[in-house]
Amino acid sequence: MSGPRPLRLPEHIVEIVSDAGEGAQKAALAFAQLCAKSGNGLWTVEIIPSEIRPPPHTTGSASGNRIRLAERARVTNAGNRANVVLAFNEMALLSRLEAGSLADDVLVLIDDHWATHEDEKYRLSYREVLDEFRSRGATIVEVPLAKETLRHAEDAQQGKNMFAVGILCALYSKDLDLLDDVIRDIFKAKDRRVIELAVRLAAAGHQYGVTHFDRCFEIEAHPSDVAKVAMNGNTALALGAVSAGFEICSMYPITPATSASHALSEIFEDFGGFVHQAEDEIAAIGVALGASYAGKTALTITSGPGMALKTEFQGLAVMTETPLVIVDVQRGGPSTGLPTKIEQSDLLHAIYGAPGDAPKVVIAPSTIEECYYILSIARKIAEEFRMLVIVLSDANLATGQQLFNRPDVSQTPRRPPLDLSPVAPGALPYDWDPTTGLSQRLLPGQPDGMGVTTSLNHDRNGKARYDAESNQRGHAMRSRKLAALQKTLNPPSVHGAPQGDLLLVGWGSTRGAIEEAVDVARSEGLSVSSLHIQFLSPLPPGLLEIFARFRQIITVELNYSDDWNDPLITNENRRYGQLAWILRAATLQDIDCIARVPGRPYMPVEILEEVKRILADRPGVASSAPALAAGKGVH
Amino acid sequence: MSTLTDLCLMESHASEAHTLDDYESERPRWCSGCGDHGVLAGLQRVLRKNNLDPENVVSVSGIGCSSRLPHYLKTYGFHGIHGRALPIATGVRLSRPELPVIVIMGDGDCFSIGGNHWLHAIRYNINAVVLVLDNEVYALTKMQVSPTTPDGWKTNTTPRGTYLKPMNPLSTVMGMTNISFVAQTATWLPAHLDETIEKAWEHHGLSFVRILQRCPVFMPKAFGEGGVHFPLVFLDHDDGIPVHPSLLARGTVQAHNHRDINEAQRAAVSVDPCPMGLVYQDPEVPSYEEIRWQRQERPDHRTFLQRLDAVMDRYAAG
Repeated sequence: MSGPRPLRLPEHIVEIVSDAGEGAQKAALAFAQLCAKSGNGLWTVEIIPSEIRPPPHTTGSASGNRIRLAERARVTNAGNRANVVLAFNEMALLSRLEAGSLADDVLVLIDDHWATHEDEKYRLSYREVLDEFRSRGATIVEVPLAKETLRHAEDAQQGKNMFAVGILCALYSKDLDLLDDVIRDIFKAKDRRVIELAVRLAAAGHQYGVTHFDRCFEIEAHPSDVAKVAMNGNTALALGAVSAGFEICSMYPITPATSASHALSEIFEDFGGFVHQAEDEIAAIGVALGASYAGKTALTITSGPGMALKTEFQGLAVMTETPLVIVDVQRGGPSTGLPTKIEQSDLLHAIYGAPGDAPKVVIAPSTIEECYYILSIARKIAEEFRMLVIVLSDANLATGQQLFNRPDVSQTPRRPPLDLSPVAPGALPYDWDPTTGLSQRLLPGQPDGMGVTTSLNHDRNGKARYDAESNQRGHAMRSRKLAALQKTLNPPSVHGAPQGDLLLVGWGSTRGAIEEAVDVARSEGLSVSSLHIQFLSPLPPGLLEIFARFRQIITVELNYSDDWNDPLITNENRRYGQLAWILRAATLQDIDCIARVPGRPYMPVEILEEVKRILADRPGVASSAPALAAGKGVH
Repeated sequence: MSTLTDLCLMESHASEAHTLDDYESERPRWCSGCGDHGVLAGLQRVLRKNNLDPENVVSVSGIGCSSRLPHYLKTYGFHGIHGRALPIATGVRLSRPELPVIVIMGDGDCFSIGGNHWLHAIRYNINAVVLVLDNEVYALTKMQVSPTTPDGWKTNTTPRGTYLKPMNPLSTVMGMTNISFVAQTATWLPAHLDETIEKAWEHHGLSFVRILQRCPVFMPKAFGEGGVHFPLVFLDHDDGIPVHPSLLARGTVQAHNHRDINEAQRAAVSVDPCPMGLVYQDPEVPSYEEIRWQRQERPDHRTFLQRLDAVMDRYAAG
């Protein structure tokens, strides 16, 4: 086998798109695993239509994946505009152009079957779209996906995705034998005939690529000595829940959170756990709270609309000081919003979304690896502080895949049996330490600890009280726990120089893109650094000191803020991004924000453009943001 | 594998028999003449009769006058939020199936704001005694119409009379899959009330008991002024709630096979006269927590780690 000499590159971004149901996601999965197993760093993002069967051959039907593969092991975000796109039809291809996710000089691989389709409508559309791409500077390589697949299968729909993977295997100079293994593994539950066909088609695609392509790439892979795993954030949450020792996950289906419960349902009973699918979101948290009250470690998993329904129970968990963990896999809001797409939508809701003063702990993972570990942190805090802990993941982490060091499960702590020893004489259900607000938790079954746990204001004995003093006291004790927790946190560390002109502050999954933008900006001589905040409530110590060393502080968030150039907007009525609100209140500093709702992750290059504009504009702040404000909605 | 019945056989740590005092907490703050007092006393008697250690019983309630009951019953209690007692109780049962659970709700609490949980809890058939104290009115919030307020009655939100016919909770639950125990009693029939609670206690599964009671303050005329002029029919069966001769002055008696779902559904539909006693029982319906615990494995720590490692293998890469 001989082909062109591969062009060596440090990284590449490739998108694979088809009509929904045509298998681009499976093809992408195979290709991503091929890259991962050969030792490339990796980050993938799903491209998901919001409907199960949107009208085929439309831009709304495009389904697939973006894969960023790199020579370095650590890839922290989905990257900039794609270098290669493999499309099963021209409308799927067009959708990626509309989404603004392709580089102008993108290499387009497209099924040529439409060029000669019997229906003139398709032939015409195909030609028009390809002409558009050519005029923008793209290179078009037409590939016979359907035609070649038909030489091996009766139905081109059944398997052209595997021919496509074979093509990518050739394009990226990957090892066909390894791809063979990957495909056999992916289809291992299928009929042997299906597996053999898939393998044969991949080999045919590879052969086609090797003999026909005038170029190919090599993203050097360095197989690591350290064992790695690749999974999406929801799976990482599920496995993290098991290793953190959770025993009950009570949930109600909601996009994009549900796949975490799928992953957990598959395995949890083998580990002594239950996934309980409740009759509604309210019951889901109610069952979790009841289970926790009785002594088991419980969590509930939801997304924005479910968070809204759970707010009364959140207040109950706070008032009764029942340990509880809520995972909110955020999506676009308000209301049904953009169910499959990313938004950092629920920060304010998580912190403030309950009647009265209801102090809660709010933390956010920034990578898929952190999704695995964060539930151990959440559990520990929930139990030691008798608090509600909300973990804010998002649709980007949920469905993206990342490669990270395989967790050492042997360190998983043993689950101790419930301590049901008699309650010491004089011990009270809310025996608050006046300094920290902490108190011992009593469990049903403990002799001499009988008493009611009530949603009413109560005193140290747990008795309902209506007087001013006990009400003030209860509030202070519940609030003090946040301060006590804050004292145990380390100040966050600045990425880049510890002082400068501009500090970008972010939270959650935007971290990778922000830090990458900062790295590039710094390499170009700009005085910019970034700060990532994992603890949103309580905020970590040391923020004032860090902020004081920068001339300007700007948050970068995937949620809504008014634009300075919008009609009617003034500095008296402008609404800010959610972290910006919190930081402004906490620091009394004029912190601005880059906060948009494109329904997809920020590209590092977009943040970089903002940084350049802000630094050039100074002292003006992050005023209009044309690139982001255009609202190029993609994934 | 241990069955749930084994798990429920609690070892009593108390060397001697409990007295009623062991289940008494603070003095109840219900209005005088309120039927809630009688339900509390009935529960205390059933706990004493079964000699249960107070620490091994959990009572769960929602919001409303009757939902204060856990404050007055000296067990572990959870006084939660309006309409949501059943999810909390389900969580307790899933988590600690060895702990008997009592759920106390009012008519608005259970049938209205908690309606979804009510129907689904019956389908789960968690093993719990579920008592609905139905006074046909929202009393704690001062006399608003409830789902069971009689047709045309005036309340503060229906000052010109209610608009709808009241719902029939018995026929509603008799339509639910997995219904396993339905009984109806009244606080003006104390012996019948006690025996009904006891029967509910003995049942394995969700024992749904509707307890009729007037509110002496806001609904004094309910149920024919608390049973004075209220037509009843006592359902009679050897294995049902006994119909003592003293009850005959309160209503008629009808032979009733509570194991026959069709007969039970017919009885449940009747509102005049109002059926009293054990309407339906099927002790064979498995409880949700039983099903879940039987399917769950409880590996030792070493096996736990091996399995977690094996799961991690599925995601191995690079």
